Amino acid sequence: MIVSAITFSIFYLVPRLAGATPETLATRYVGRAATEETVKLTAERLGFYDPIAVQYWNWAKGVVVGAEYDYGSGVESCPAPCLGYSFITKQPVWPELLDRIPVTLSLAAGASLLWLLAGVATGVLSALKRGSIFDRGAMIIALAGVSLPIFFTGLLSLAIFSYQLGWTLPGGSYTPFTENPVVWSQSLILPWITLAFLFSAQYARLTRAGMLETMNEDFIRTARAKGLPERTVVVRHGLRGALTPILTIFGLDVGLLLGGAVLTEKTFSLPGLGKYAVDGIVANDLPKILGVTLVAAVFIILANLVVDLLYAVIDPRVRNQ
Amino acid sequence: MTAPLEVEPGAAKADPEAVLRGAGPIEGRSLSRIAWSRLRRDKVALAGLVVIVLLILMAVFAPLIVKLIGHPPNEFNQDLIDTKGGTLAPLGTFGGMSWEHPMGVEPVNGRDIMSRVIYGSRISLLIAFFATLLSVVIGTTLGTIAGFFGGWVDQLISRIMDVFLAFPLLVFAIALAGVVPDDAFGLKGDSLRIVLLIFIIGFFNWPYIGRIVRGQALSLREREFVDAARSLGARRPYLLFTEMLPNLVAPILVYATLLIPTNILFEAALSFLGVGVRAPTATWGGMLSDAVTYYTMPHFMLWPGLAIFITVLAFNLFGDGLRDALDPRSR
Repeated sequence: MIVSAITFSIFYLVPRLAGATPETLATRYVGRAATEETVKLTAERLGFYDPIAVQYWNWAKGVVVGAEYDYGSGVESCPAPCLGYSFITKQPVWPELLDRIPVTLSLAAGASLLWLLAGVATGVLSALKRGSIFDRGAMIIALAGVSLPIFFTGLLSLAIFSYQLGWTLPGGSYTPFTENPVVWSQSLILPWITLAFLFSAQYARLTRAGMLETMNEDFIRTARAKGLPERTVVVRHGLRGALTPILTIFGLDVGLLLGGAVLTEKTFSLPGLGKYAVDGIVANDLPKILGVTLVAAVFIILANLVVDLLYAVIDPRVRNQ
Repeated sequence: MTAPLEVEPGAAKADPEAVLRGAGPIEGRSLSRIAWSRLRRDKVALAGLVVIVLLILMAVFAPLIVKLIGHPPNEFNQDLIDTKGGTLAPLGTFGGMSWEHPMGVEPVNGRDIMSRVIYGSRISLLIAFFATLLSVVIGTTLGTIAGFFGGWVDQLISRIMDVFLAFPLLVFAIALAGVVPDDAFGLKGDSLRIVLLIFIIGFFNWPYIGRIVRGQALSLREREFVDAARSLGARRPYLLFTEMLPNLVAPILVYATLLIPTNILFEAALSFLGVGVRAPTATWGGMLSDAVTYYTMPHFMLWPGLAIFITVLAFNLFGDGLRDALDPRSR
């Protein structure tokens, strides 16, 4: 709610400060060829002359109860989660968003699973064999991973694996899971791995640091003193303690990713939310931008909620409070 | 979060800090000397520092270096392009690499890649430094206020930071950078874009610094020397600027160094998405974005990508080393 209000005001105020008027905004809607009169009429119908609070109220009302748009040629109704109509394509935003959510969801789900497993496993092993060749090698690779932008590794892997070797499908090919799960995974395997590599680097570093800290705690000594097998000590006591901060960041990352893995989707030309947002931004299509921002904020809040619930499962200290 | 169960509260945290920061206000110089001697032993961090210094020199003297090379970044070299093949790829192997053009030339218009990479470092470093500075200023101010005053002030500032951290930043930054026209706020062209990017990146990243500073200020406030000053009748400004701020310098320095690479990546991402500094000005992100079309020629994306990688890695290595030197327990 707050996020949407801030987004709204910024995107209304910044163009105004930079010199846009209701007329120029409306011109974008009806096209440059339109007469001055039509432009003014459209601006009025879309409420561009209203003060910002009124415009926001109308938009928010549309999200909750739906809205009706009067185009002059006829009234169009826009049912409940109405995020408005695109300035450019004149298509309602919400159904378009619904089409794109599965793409981003597939990308985020596969990649996050991969990076959580790879990152945490590497981090734990590094921490246990601290100072070993494995530890040093893993940490050097992890540091490199943190320093690489996805639009470089992504492009490079596309060039090598897709173009030169022909192992994977080229960028831009996406098949829905429901249509063909095999082709679906083939089209996403490269984005998954590239994205997971960057993230798992960060997670390996965090897990290692967390494990080093927890393994020095008293309850670990107690667990060892009880004569528990080392495996149990590490997994059930050590990892549990180290996992809490990792989970916080995991929640934030997945939430952010669901709101549009902008760079990944752009690099691999995947038709997800992020690409939708970028397209909207390039075309200066406010309803699209607002729609994505709202959906993204919802995802982030949901992800954080899930993480808070998971805390109780993983860390007994949280449960007792 | 990881409060020990049996040790008396606060002891585990206060102990290493007493060695580190307790010495701060009394023997400020010796603290930095200790840190420097630790840093000097850290070969990896020093290597990072050397690379950083070289990069800064390269950025500052870019016009001079490029004059020596003899190919301005926006000079077209159509004679080096294979116009008959239909792909408009550079003539020769490996993207037209030669003594004349050590990193080859771009497809289509044959601009020298090396001088573009060198010029790209200016934009990248300039924006990253000043954006970090802005984040540090906002983050330190608000973080210290939140941690020092506590209560509802802390609540308010912490909520604001939460909201910022929950924002889909990149989408937001792209949108903001995208809606501003080419001529606004009394500035034009490149200088407008640079200032705009500094503000956008700096403004969105301050909560990272803010959170850390708030946490440090919160624990510092309860420390004995602050208590002592307070009981001696010191006023708030004195406590803030003389007792607390000097002890916050070390963590701020470390996280500022670690924020610079993040900002370099951020700027490159924005340029890659086409909302950074406009073409034809050379930026690393922009060069990679051009390379998307020619992903069949990997050598064209290699150089700007490597430039980003080396720069970011150098800052990360140095930042890690600095953190270890100033705070040995993180090792």
